[in-house]
Amino acid sequence: MVCSKHPVSAAMFMIISLVGVAALFVLLEAFFLAVLQILVYAGAVMVLFLFIIMLLDVGPQGGKASKMKLISGLAAGFTVSLLLVIFLIVVQNSGWLGEHSTWLPVDNEAAMTQGENLSFSTSVKSFGYGLMTKYMFPLQISGFLLLAAMVGVIVLSKNNEKEAG
Amino acid sequence: METVTPSHYLCLSLCLFSIGFLGVLLRRNLLLVLMSLELMLNGINLALVNFSRTSLNLDGSIFVFFIMTVAAAEVAVGLALLVALYKRRNSVFSEDINLIHN
Repeated sequence: MVCSKHPVSAAMFMIISLVGVAALFVLLEAFFLAVLQILVYAGAVMVLFLFIIMLLDVGPQGGKASKMKLISGLAAGFTVSLLLVIFLIVVQNSGWLGEHSTWLPVDNEAAMTQGENLSFSTSVKSFGYGLMTKYMFPLQISGFLLLAAMVGVIVLSKNNEKEAG
Repeated sequence: METVTPSHYLCLSLCLFSIGFLGVLLRRNLLLVLMSLELMLNGINLALVNFSRTSLNLDGSIFVFFIMTVAAAEVAVGLALLVALYKRRNSVFSEDINLIHN
């Protein structure tokens, strides 16, 4: 995705990776989050991206890439991949994860009976229970954030029309 | 035959995060920079769900829900800013957006 020249193909690769992450959520038994990932990211965010790409008519990046840029890109990529390999080796050989290094079975019944301590469950019901009790205030904050973002976007696009006309 | 362990998921989320980070650093098209930011957030989401699943605690999953909300709001505002910028400068490339050279 990072390497592709054309923005539209980059967006297509992005959709593939988002769907892949959703599949990994399914494997981690977070079904609600997988559905949300598909709906929000692949459904809304990437459509917005593609719409803006086509609105602005952004073509492929011109062949202005200098040799210095290429060298710095290669160096950064090499460094990051080296760090990744080191991290992989360290995590595999150390006991950092401890008890979290194996999969424990999910107990959906226990999730519903416990009050304050929310335990992991595959059902949407316990998710909603957590949102409505422990995380009530953050939920309202995020609703307000969405409202603020909506108003901000409207104001941004309105001001531009006034300047143009 | 080795099975998939949580550390594999962690490594994958680190991969996603660093690919996104490289995209933010190296790409000059601001649209692709925004997309790389999304990729970084996805890496974080994957790590959070992984920890939530291994420690059998729902809090991490609920955090992922909030991160998705914030990411959607961020994309909306970012793209609106980008369109406003394009109307002023007629370009979405980061090397064309320098106030000093004009």
